[in-house]
Amino acid sequence: MNEDRRKVLKSTGGMAVMGLALSAGLFKPGSAWAQTWNKDAFATKDTAATVKALGGTTAAESKDIVITSPDIAENGAVVPFTISSTLPKTESIALLVEKNPNVLAANFNIPAGTDPGVTTRVKMGQTSNVTALVKADGKFYYTTKEVKVTLGGCGG
Amino acid sequence: MADPMKIRAAMSGDKVEVKVLMSHEMETGQRKDSKGAVIPAHFIQNVTATHNGKVVLTAEWGPAVAKNPFLSFKFSGGKPGDKVSVSWVDNKGDKRTDEATVS
Repeated sequence: MNEDRRKVLKSTGGMAVMGLALSAGLFKPGSAWAQTWNKDAFATKDTAATVKALGGTTAAESKDIVITSPDIAENGAVVPFTISSTLPKTESIALLVEKNPNVLAANFNIPAGTDPGVTTRVKMGQTSNVTALVKADGKFYYTTKEVKVTLGGCGG
Repeated sequence: MADPMKIRAAMSGDKVEVKVLMSHEMETGQRKDSKGAVIPAHFIQNVTATHNGKVVLTAEWGPAVAKNPFLSFKFSGGKPGDKVSVSWVDNKGDKRTDEATVS
């Protein structure tokens, strides 16, 4: 395994946050369908901070959320995840990769009438716990699964 | 202008299953080029899917979403012939909207 690349990843972590802040500033909210992008949530470094940035206080572990993904991902650049929830009134589903430079990868808002389940693909820098964070009826719930990565997805 | 998305919307039982494949580099801002300069982040931030004009899914994405993002979800209340539209905006303000018909 390439140890140098690990160091590069760590040392560039701080710069990436600056880059993120800069790019967020360039984003023009005056576009035709101005949507918000939760800059604070995407800058968080751990799960607890993400919950707070998304407007919650604490999250409870729940068996009603299911993460479907490979246990071992050969290529961290493309790791498929399916997250589904059977919690009533599921409002949003977020996917967090604990050991990425910023933990929050994606947050989906589920309106009534849409199944509380999404499939997407994310990058993982290294083996990490992956957390699905579900907001249902105003409360946050989570479940966690470890995914092993044999080749990181952030170095290139 | 970015390349078109591939969108498939098909009935799955009484629900519509939507699969979207977007064409975007999803640059994280973590990588460096051969001269050591950081490649600026360039990634999709907001995604919106609508069915006959009604929003059926919105998403906020960070740079950790994989290159050429894939997204799949299901919603109720659709029927063959309906229109499903998907739009995205990235952090540089680029945007793209594509439409598919439910089959």
